[in-house]
Amino acid sequence: MSIDKETARKVAHLARIAVAEEDLEPLAGELSAILGFMDELNEVDIDGVEPMTSVTPMALYRRPDEVTDGDIQDKVLANAPDTREGFFAVPKVVE
Amino acid sequence: MTELAYTEPKPKTIAGAKSDWELVIGMEVHAQVSSNSKLFSGASTAFGAEPNTNVSLVDAAMPGMLPVINDFCVEQAVRTGLGIKAGINLYSRFDRKNYFYPDLPQGYQISQLYHPIVGEGEVLVDMEPGIARKVRIERIHLEQDAGKSVHDMDPEMSFVDLNRTGVALMEIVSRPDIRGPEEAAEYVRKLRQILRYLGTCDGNMQEGSLRADVNVSVCAPGAYEKYRETGDFGHLGTRCEIKNMNSMRFIQQAIDFEARRQIAILEDGGSVDQETRLYDPNKGETRSMRSKEEAHDYRYFPCPDLLPLQLEQAWVDAIRDGLPELPDEKKARLVTDYGITEYDASVLCARRAHADFYEEVASGRDGKQAANWVINELFGRLNKQGLEIEETPVSAAQLGTIIDLIGKGDISGKIAKDLFEIVWSEGGDPAEIVEARGMKQVTDTGAIDAAVAQVIADNPDKAEQAREKPSMAGWFVGQVMKATGGKANPKAVNEAVRRKLGL
Repeated sequence: MSIDKETARKVAHLARIAVAEEDLEPLAGELSAILGFMDELNEVDIDGVEPMTSVTPMALYRRPDEVTDGDIQDKVLANAPDTREGFFAVPKVVE
Repeated sequence: MTELAYTEPKPKTIAGAKSDWELVIGMEVHAQVSSNSKLFSGASTAFGAEPNTNVSLVDAAMPGMLPVINDFCVEQAVRTGLGIKAGINLYSRFDRKNYFYPDLPQGYQISQLYHPIVGEGEVLVDMEPGIARKVRIERIHLEQDAGKSVHDMDPEMSFVDLNRTGVALMEIVSRPDIRGPEEAAEYVRKLRQILRYLGTCDGNMQEGSLRADVNVSVCAPGAYEKYRETGDFGHLGTRCEIKNMNSMRFIQQAIDFEARRQIAILEDGGSVDQETRLYDPNKGETRSMRSKEEAHDYRYFPCPDLLPLQLEQAWVDAIRDGLPELPDEKKARLVTDYGITEYDASVLCARRAHADFYEEVASGRDGKQAANWVINELFGRLNKQGLEIEETPVSAAQLGTIIDLIGKGDISGKIAKDLFEIVWSEGGDPAEIVEARGMKQVTDTGAIDAAVAQVIADNPDKAEQAREKPSMAGWFVGQVMKATGGKANPKAVNEAVRRKLGL
């Protein structure tokens, strides 16, 4: 499977990454190379092999339902370019 | 378990300018798990907190933060699944749904697209006694809620509060089995009832604990049946999704508007675009939410931060053993055990606490009489005062005693209502109140005869008229009841009046 320039443009837009026009073609080439490697992996016969989800045999840890966090409004907002009365303030977004 | 018999309702038909159309509706209901903390973080889920205070660095998506799943939320999803007779998937997994929006700091929502925790189930939607629709449930999955954006505080800015970000939601996805606006509202009502019985979601629609996305399409009569036979969606019309409805009334209005909009397009020779729409309750119409260029491409993939969720069958079985009696079973049992109507049973089963109260009153007494008193007198009075059953000033024991006093003939039904009022406002033991205030019914025929004689003696002209026109006797009965303060046994008075007037 190969990625063309338009697909590269679309993927970049969906990921909200600004890619200059002249960089799209090379990017498409790199993405195609990655998918080419995936295609090679697809040639391996994995019939009857369980998917490995972790390198160590462990189960998903489940924590008890207790409030152990929060009340750190200042920390949560610390990196925001703009805040008002405890809210993040962002350019108007209305659908 | 006994099951009440029912037949399916007719689908809603809308007459277009050219032909008749039927509605086909499927719903995705988002039910907030009633947990203390969030699905993947230890921040509180309490409603109405100061903005951005119920937020951990996990919810704010700070670099390096990792999600850790809340065991209670997993349990509630399983409980809900069992409550709608669904299969539980011992293996489920979390996926990332990628999109950008200011109230989603991660840039993705953790959800379960490929391997949901709950599989196929069903919800029986009651329309009226004996009429119900079995709506198939496709799946329930666990996912994170997003934050809240406030748009009306500043003309240039939107304000973002992440308190809700990461709260656990159960998305309950139905098959397109709902066939009209009323059924849609009843479906949500029934689902909410089941969730409340299970205690897995508080069902508070004002606070957004229960929200519905409604998929609406229209088709020619007969097309839906073909879909059911073949499973081929090609028989159905193109659907539109109305997002984020949190009122039964708006759900009905939006579906009705949307169906008529689609019918008008189709009858004009056009075609319906599959899209997401929003309902505007002020204008009473739906409008398109996103342009097609921005059509979402979520690029789902398995969340690398979370291992698969694997459950033990024994753990699931233990949850099943702990399930309460659910509305359908309870209703059927009340009808069978207490001999009440299906309608009364529905009213009593609306909430578990209502049914529990009723059963306490009805135990060892006449079920129908108990139902009348609980529904008409108590619920009526509670509604009038805006009180919940938990706040009732008249306990089940007190109401039971009042009914016993009627049964023993100590008080008439009319006096019983006065007694109910006294117990409501002053409290106390109804039997003692009857004694202390001389409210006991007079069944002593001597006393009644004397009162009747007195009224006749005082009103000789009326007595004369009554002998001519026997229907006048009622007036005498009324006068005697008044003279005895309503305590005379009405039947005994009636007999005495007729006897003394020679009727």
